[in-house]
Parts: sequence; C-alpha cells; structure tokens
Amino acid sequence: MADTAPPPSRHARRFGSIALQAALIVVVGGLAYAAVRNAAQNLADAHIVSGFAFWNNTAGFDISQTLIDYSPSTSTFGRAFWVGLLNTLLVAALGIVLATILGFIVGIAQLSRNWLVSHLAAGYVGLIRNVPLLLQLLFWYNSVLVSLPQLRGSVALPGGGILNNRGLFLPRPQIGSGFGYVVAAFVFSLAAVALFRVWGRRRQDRTGRPGHLQWWALFLAAAVLAFVFVVAGSPITFSVPRMGHFNVVGGVEILPELAALLLALSIYTAAFIAEVVRAGVLAVAPGQAEAAKSLGLRSGATLRLVVVPQAMRVIIPPLTSQYLNLIKNSSLAVAIGYPDLVQVFAGSVLNLTGQAVEVIAITMAVYLIISLATSLLMNLYGYAIAVEER
Amino acid sequence: MTTMGEKGYVRATPAERRPPPGDRSGVFGWLQRNLLSSPTDIALTVLCIAFIGWAVPPLVRFFVVDAVWSGADRTACLATPQNPVPGACWAFVRAWFSFFVYGFYPMAARWRVDVFFAALAFGIGWLAWLSAPRRGIGAIYFFIVLPLLSFVLLSGVPRLALITIPTELWGGILVTVVVATIGIVASLPLGILLALARRSDLPAVKGLAVAFIEFVRGVPLITVLFMASVMLPLFVPERLSPDKLMRALIGVALFASAYMAEVVRGGLNAIPRGQYEAAQALGLAHWRVMALVVLPQALRITLPNIVNTFIGLFKDTTLVFAVGIFDFLRTIEAARADPHWVTPVTGVTGYAFAALFYFVCCYGMSRYARSVEARLTRHRR
Repeated sequence: MADTAPPPSRHARRFGSIALQAALIVVVGGLAYAAVRNAAQNLADAHIVSGFAFWNNTAGFDISQTLIDYSPSTSTFGRAFWVGLLNTLLVAALGIVLATILGFIVGIAQLSRNWLVSHLAAGYVGLIRNVPLLLQLLFWYNSVLVSLPQLRGSVALPGGGILNNRGLFLPRPQIGSGFGYVVAAFVFSLAAVALFRVWGRRRQDRTGRPGHLQWWALFLAAAVLAFVFVVAGSPITFSVPRMGHFNVVGGVEILPELAALLLALSIYTAAFIAEVVRAGVLAVAPGQAEAAKSLGLRSGATLRLVVVPQAMRVIIPPLTSQYLNLIKNSSLAVAIGYPDLVQVFAGSVLNLTGQAVEVIAITMAVYLIISLATSLLMNLYGYAIAVEER
Repeated sequence: MTTMGEKGYVRATPAERRPPPGDRSGVFGWLQRNLLSSPTDIALTVLCIAFIGWAVPPLVRFFVVDAVWSGADRTACLATPQNPVPGACWAFVRAWFSFFVYGFYPMAARWRVDVFFAALAFGIGWLAWLSAPRRGIGAIYFFIVLPLLSFVLLSGVPRLALITIPTELWGGILVTVVVATIGIVASLPLGILLALARRSDLPAVKGLAVAFIEFVRGVPLITVLFMASVMLPLFVPERLSPDKLMRALIGVALFASAYMAEVVRGGLNAIPRGQYEAAQALGLAHWRVMALVVLPQALRITLPNIVNTFIGLFKDTTLVFAVGIFDFLRTIEAARADPHWVTPVTGVTGYAFAALFYFVCCYGMSRYARSVEARLTRHRR
C-alpha cells in the first residue's frame, strides 16, 4: 500500500487544484475556439454573412395572429420577432391563469373526504401526467377542434359570438370619448372599497364584531360606476362579428391554434399544479387545522386563515417551476402552427435568412430572460410571505 | 382557577346519557362516511355520478362496443346502416402496427430490432430489480455493453454480415426507445459529473457547471434540438458532421443531463456530512470517498427521482418531430393521413393507441418509482 507516503502538503494541493481548473478552462476555451473557427469557415463556405443586419430587412411573410401592427410587405424581421414574442407571452399568461385555477381546484378535490371526488381528481392527474403534452396538443387540435362546424354552419353563441372551425369570434369592445370618466370612477370606487375594508378590519379588531361592510361598499361602488357609465354616455360599444361571404367580419378572433394550445397547456400543467397543491396542503401539520377548529373557526375560515397561508409557503417554489415549464412548453406551438416566438422567429425567420446562429441565440436568450424574470418575481413573492423567524 | 363564587356553575346532576354513535362500519357505514356525510357531500356525490354517467358510457361505446376490430381498408370504418355511428377503427392500428413499431426499417432485418428490444428489456430488468444478483455487472452491461451491442445490431456492421441500415429508415417505437435509452445512458454519467462539479470548491469547475445547468434548464427542449440540428453542423468540420438522428440524440442527452444533475445533486445534499468525514477519517482520498461511500448512497435514495426524470424524458422524446425524426408519434401522424384509411375516426383511434402506449410505459415506471420509494422509507414507518 502507498499509505506510507506523506499526504500532499496544503501547498501542493492548492497547486493541483489551480492546475486542474486551468486545464479545464483551456479545454473548454479550446473547444469553443475550434467551434467558432469551424462555424466561421462553414458560414463563409455557405456565403452567409453573420451579424444582425437582417433585423431591419423586410420580412415578406404573413403571420396569422398579430397583437401589434404588422404587414408582410413593409414590416421587418425585427417586427416579426416582437409579434412572435407577444404571441408567446399571450399564450403563456392565459395558460398560467387557467392552469392555476384548474390545478388548485383539482388539487383540493384530491384531498376531498368524498371518495368519488378525490378518486376522480386522482384519475385526472394520473391520466394527464402520463401522456405526452405533444400528443394531447395534437389530439385537441386535429381531433376535437377540427370537428367544429364549417363557416356556413357557424354556431351563433349567446352574446354575439360566432364559433366555427376557423376560430371563435367574440365582440370587440370599442372605446368612445368620455371613457376617462369611467376609468376615474373605477379607480375611485376601488380605492373606496379598499378603505372600507381596512376600516372594517380595524372595527373588528376593536369591537370583535365581524365587519361585513365591504360587501355594502362593493355594492355601492358598483352602483356609482354604473351611474357614471350611463351619465358619460355609455362610452364602450361592441363591434359584433357578423357573417361575411367568405369569412367572419369584425370582432376579435381567437384562432383554433391558440385555443388548442391553451387547452393542452392548461390541462397538462394543471395536473402537475394539482400535485403541488396537494403536497403543499398535506405539508401543513394536521394539528394546525384541529387547533383552528377548536378555536371555533368554520371550515372555510380554517382553510382561508390557517391552512392556505402556511401551505402557500410550501407551494410557491414548485409552483414557480411549473409556470416556467408552461412557458417553455408553449414552444410546442410550432407543432400546430400557432405563431409563437419559436414558430415565427426560429422557424420562418431562420428559414428565410439562414442566420441560424444569431436567430437561435436570440430565441434562447429570450426564454432565459423570461425564466429568470419569472423566478425572480416568484422568489420576491416567496420572501414576502415567508415566516418571520425570531 | 375559577373561584366558586355565587355565579359559578356547578353541575349537580349527572349528565343525561346520549345514545351511542351509529354503526360506522360495513358497507353502509363506508357509504355514509365517504359519500353522504353532509348535504354538500351528497350534492358532490350526485354531481360525480352524473358526470361519470355522462362521460363513461359514450367512451366505452366508442372504443369497445361500436369499435371496428378488423377490416382491409377505410370502408370497414365508415358509417353503415348497421353501424350508423362508427366507433374506434382498431383495424387501422392493426394494419399499421408493424410500421408503428419499426418505421421503415427493412423487413428482412427486423429481427435485429427484436433482439435489441429483448437485450434492453433484460438490462432494464437487471437494474430495476433491486435484489438481483451482481447488479454491478448489470450496470456495466447496461451502460457499456448494451450501447455497443445496440449500435452493432441496429446500425449494422457489414463485416459481421449485418448490412448497414441508415438511420433515416429507423422509425416508430424503435426510435422512441433509442432516443429515451441513449438519453438515460448518456445523461446519468454526465449528470453525476455535473452534480459533482457543481458541488466542487473550485470556482472555475463550479462556475462552468452552474452556467451549463442553468442555461439548459432555462430554455425549451425544442430550441436545444434546433440548436443541435442547425448549429452543430456549423461547429464541427464538414466531414465530421453527425447525421440527423445523432444530432437529436446529442441535443436530448445534453438536455437530460442538466436535469439529471439537479436530481443527483439533491441526493448528494441528502447524505449527512458524517459520511464524508468518516470516509476521510478512514484515509480515503476525495474521489474514493465519492465513488465508494457517497455516490452509492446518493444514487440509491434518488432512484425514484431518477425514474421520474426518465418519465419526463420519455414523454419529451416526442419533441424530436421538430427536427424531422420519425418517432412513434410521427408514425401515427403519417399513418393517420394515409388515404386508404382516412375516416372521421382514424385520427382519434391513432391518438388513443399512442396515448395507451405512453400511459402504460409512464404509469408503469411511476409505480416502480413509488415502490422503490416505499422500500427506501420502510425504516421510517
């Protein structure tokens, strides 16, 4: 055995670790250098000029859903990038809201004392989590939404909407003059309700009488808002979609691609959020709920005041990673042609310009920034609700 | 203590006897406790039964009762006077089944795929059965012998009288299994290395590992696959440029290793410090501490999480469609459009079959992960 040799001195160990790190940096740097040199060579062979000059060139391709003004003949590739990014953010934001609502309902239902409710919820989670998201997306898009009626057989929905296989058409609100008064009245009544709530709390703390004043305040505020709305001359009108010869005219269009992506993303992510919620509620010691009950709180108040605030601390970190997964999964849009960032930018723009390195780098940077920003926000929220340790 | 003042209450008579609580056992007790304990509970039960009554019978009718089990082409699955609302077209799945499994792999060489499946199943069984004999050799078999054997079998070596089959012809479940297996075989060692690097005291090692892991985890798999498929050929000299499947495999392996690294790191963090110190006190050097004491324990307790990561990876293999690989889901998409079989129910049937396949695989793996977890935490109960 070599055990008789003296152990290496601290000096030698330090030298060894520096040498190891230097070697690692040299290897990684060398690989990066070789990759860049090869890329430059290959790009030169393919006559592709690297750089971001393409950003201001005219795009020349159409995009089916644009939240900002865009025209294929005059808009640039840069504009197409923003259109795609906004579409990604739109589907991610809507998906997060829907998935959270559905996920919390299913998560709570899994904990229900009702055997049927808890087993139905568990069945939902088990089924959805074990089938790939892409398969679910294709199912919604190709099998469910395609069976919607054709243009001529469009279904008129109550409230002025129209549904057919080209999408869901809803009335578009149009803002007239005098809308500022309504906004002012809205802000004013919101502030008034908040004040009432604070006052009601204080009174309850002082007298012990539960304050239900905020409901009256809410009612009053709604009445004031309605009054101002009528006096200002009803400044919101709706452009109702109607049937044209070849398409539906007017209104807001929700593309079937958007609907399918939203359905698939929120149903899939909700199953994961349900597990997060279930684990979070189970992590609250049962003694907490029992103590609340013995203090005389009803089950609703027990949940709202005792269990949920403590469960939220456990729920927030994994919930954040589910939100991030949803944002990243929205890139599956490319499979059904919803014009998100990947489909528009890493798809169409890359194919038209051939600037693979630049386009992929920008796309990845955007997702990185969104991911980092989301985790930053959720961490801040996590700090805000963290236990104040003594 | 309350003092016995004039207003104090002292019970002078015994409390009245109350009847014993009702029978809470048996079928009726169970029903009463679990389905009918309060008016809200009763309402929920009724709602659930109504939902099941609304949803289940049509599904059973579609997939079993009205389903068409055999037929030569689409006419079998169209609406007829005897069968006005046609159910699932399982005849379509039967007709295309071998395509779903092998893709365009040449008919004469398909036995090689079957041998590969058997060798893989053997390796998985060896590793998954926790009390199997010689699991160390099993690991060597799975991580070294099996990849070489698979390459020889699937790609072919002309010198061994196995003709070369280009990867463009591979498809279906074969490709899904290959991508998932390579993903796990490559990502586990890489992930362990990355996890060790991330816990290292050396700033350069740690910095590179953190940068790689956080970068990969911050971007969608599709962009990693795009990068592998579009940028990789640029980064290497033209003659070394890997083929399409190889590029996707590299992308999947890199992606999975970042997630695996975090799972392994969790396991390493769970090993108490005393284990390191005891091993060091016995005179083991750093690498031997890791290899002989810490990693075996860490990997054992993270096995459920490793399986869960693998389930995610298995589902994510469907994304290779984006770079033009013909995986199982793509074969379904292709067969669905076959004019000989196009009917209103073909698509749903294909998707149902795919869902069944993925569900059985993923659910089986998650049950396995749960049983390992139960075995690992048995001492706590």
